[in-house]
Amino acid sequence: MTTGAGPIVITGVSLYGDTPADLVLEGGAIVSLSAADAPKGATVIDGAGLIALPGLVDLHTHLREPGREDAETIETGSRAAAAGGYVAVHAMANTTPVADTAGVVEQVWHRGREIGLVDVFPVGAVTVGLAGEHLAELGAMALSAARVRVFSDDGKCVHDPVVMRRALEYVKAFDGVVAQHAQDPRLTEGSQMHEGIVSGELGLQGWPAVAEEAIVARDCLLAEHVGGRVHILHLSTAGSVEIVRWAKARGIHVTAEATPHHLFLTDERARGYDPRFKVNPPLRPEADVEAVRAGLADGTIDVVGTDHAPHPDEDKDCEWATAAFGMIGLETALGIVQKALVETGRMTWRDVARVMSERPAEIGRVEGHGRPLAVGEPANVTLVNPRLAWTVNPPAMRSRSHNSPFSGIELPGSVVATILRGTVTYAHDSLGGL
Amino acid sequence: MKHLLTTRGLPRDEAIRILDTAGEMAKTQEREIRKLPTLRGKTVINLFFEDSTRTRISFEAAAKRLSADVINFSAKGSSVAKGESLKDTAQTLQAMGADGVVIRHWASGAAERLATSGWTRGAVVNAGDGTHEHPTQALLDAYTIRRHLADGEPGVGLDGLTVAIVGDILHSRVARSDAWLLTTLGARVVLVAPPTLVPLGVETWPVEVVHSLDAALETYDLDAIMMLRIQLERMTGGGAAFFPSPAEYTRLYGLDGTRLARLPKRTIVMHPGPMNRGLEISAEAADSPRSVVVEQVANGVSVRMAVLYLLLAGEEAAS
Repeated sequence: MTTGAGPIVITGVSLYGDTPADLVLEGGAIVSLSAADAPKGATVIDGAGLIALPGLVDLHTHLREPGREDAETIETGSRAAAAGGYVAVHAMANTTPVADTAGVVEQVWHRGREIGLVDVFPVGAVTVGLAGEHLAELGAMALSAARVRVFSDDGKCVHDPVVMRRALEYVKAFDGVVAQHAQDPRLTEGSQMHEGIVSGELGLQGWPAVAEEAIVARDCLLAEHVGGRVHILHLSTAGSVEIVRWAKARGIHVTAEATPHHLFLTDERARGYDPRFKVNPPLRPEADVEAVRAGLADGTIDVVGTDHAPHPDEDKDCEWATAAFGMIGLETALGIVQKALVETGRMTWRDVARVMSERPAEIGRVEGHGRPLAVGEPANVTLVNPRLAWTVNPPAMRSRSHNSPFSGIELPGSVVATILRGTVTYAHDSLGGL
Repeated sequence: MKHLLTTRGLPRDEAIRILDTAGEMAKTQEREIRKLPTLRGKTVINLFFEDSTRTRISFEAAAKRLSADVINFSAKGSSVAKGESLKDTAQTLQAMGADGVVIRHWASGAAERLATSGWTRGAVVNAGDGTHEHPTQALLDAYTIRRHLADGEPGVGLDGLTVAIVGDILHSRVARSDAWLLTTLGARVVLVAPPTLVPLGVETWPVEVVHSLDAALETYDLDAIMMLRIQLERMTGGGAAFFPSPAEYTRLYGLDGTRLARLPKRTIVMHPGPMNRGLEISAEAADSPRSVVVEQVANGVSVRMAVLYLLLAGEEAAS
């Protein structure tokens, strides 16, 4: 349900959950914080009880197109993103073909624009074919229409230290960032889940925390050495939090991401061998989950990224070892963050705006996103009803795939509207046919 | 008991009931006509995704002696070769009317998935899933130990006995199932292995761990010692090998004549088979009078008869 870009006035809303105001949106911008200034004929949204956040930005989305349109398309993924409160997503490069040339990233970028529900920013591969051997044409992707600034072999680790060093150095030319999937490949051959008490009992091959931490430490030191920017994707262990905290204190240009599932689920979920809980990096024990929450709350971890990873049923309705790694998350991310961090008093809604909109936009160097809710700023707004609880039911969601680990879980709040440059890209039924 | 998937969490009285029933089954096997009519009209499918002639034959013999119809389905597959999926296979077998499915699979958790995913309605017996569990092997081990050392009377557990399990604990479904079951039955279990072959988190298991076989022989008054098979792939793989050489393994963890002589007179020597003679166990130890390896095989049939009977004969089995 979308309206045109006619004027919209949101009355009596709470900006960031702490500042009462009205929002008047016109011509793609916020033009006033007083409903008295609303132009005639503006669409009125009653904002009572709602919270307005700057439109959410995801640095970590798998849209699967081109190549795996059976799992997700840019269109279905865009719908899922809008329903999750996102106005911008970064589409990971591990498609078929790999997004390692200007041609592929431009194709993804154009398709995102055609659909127009979210801004789709393609992530460029660091190495050709994600093979970890030769740098892809990073400059060509940066200079393309897609204006790539985030480079990642996500799904695979850039494990060769020389290749990683070169990438970190090279992207400085266009203020890019290398987003690392930190996983030592040798320490994780055949790994199925976190290596610990549960893996020992279940007889599933372990993925040790050190396989992540060793790469995080190395890359922080490489970033320091060459002065480049490194971003740690889906940071999942207490040790990684400690290393990033240390590196930031040293002034190293490192940023980090936590996913909703690593903030909420533990490796105990592997009991029963339901592949919905199979993900990479794996779900970790409670102490790691706690450390990741603390790291997010104190700013050591900069952003929440969804790592939305759709897989069709046939890749999940099977034995654990055969199943694909990954879980969807666009439509549940905000609700999980509210449940795990806001409801527990560890973060405010202003903090949520920081980790789900402002910092992701800064790290991705995307203009016009993550901006303050203030006059003259772009009209990118996510409206949340923090008391409109709902129960996660994957078949009813918009993603083409259903592999949510949160199925059946009640989330405390709902996204009720998503507005991209003044256009409503998603409206909840509770708004009554906006 | 609807399925037999693990020994972890199997209540002591259930386990003892299986052992007692196995004892009854063993008695029938001494008769001239060994076949029982108990499961006439029932269909048992042996679904083997991994080669295991011994286990399959044992289950087949057990089912046939109970007069069940047996269908053997061998679907060798690997994680890479995407052939028929477990789900499709299970649904096919369901359509054929399987009352019981005995599954051996290379993937840990495959038996549990089969039992809980709704793919089949039959009773599922785990005949070994990956590196997870092998509950009927543990039951036959417990049965064998009880017969020799706990006077084998019905209702008796393994209280007060000490059992050592030696070898590749990390990859052994037998070790896991034995550790849970034998301790549930009251035995003290000692795992003996190099540190590389012990899973992380073993300190939460109800067992003791030592890294030297000689130290174990010194410290514990063992009633039974179980030698696990060392798989070839654990010794190779360049830098990923779990120990330096087969010779070093044998030197430190092999059961030879010298170590055999240090065991108390009553101690029985066990092995789930097939044995690597000269590696984890010497011929002298394997063929000594204390070795119950061949008896374990015979007991396997009785135990599997008991399991199939208790799962498939329905209510009449309980009375």
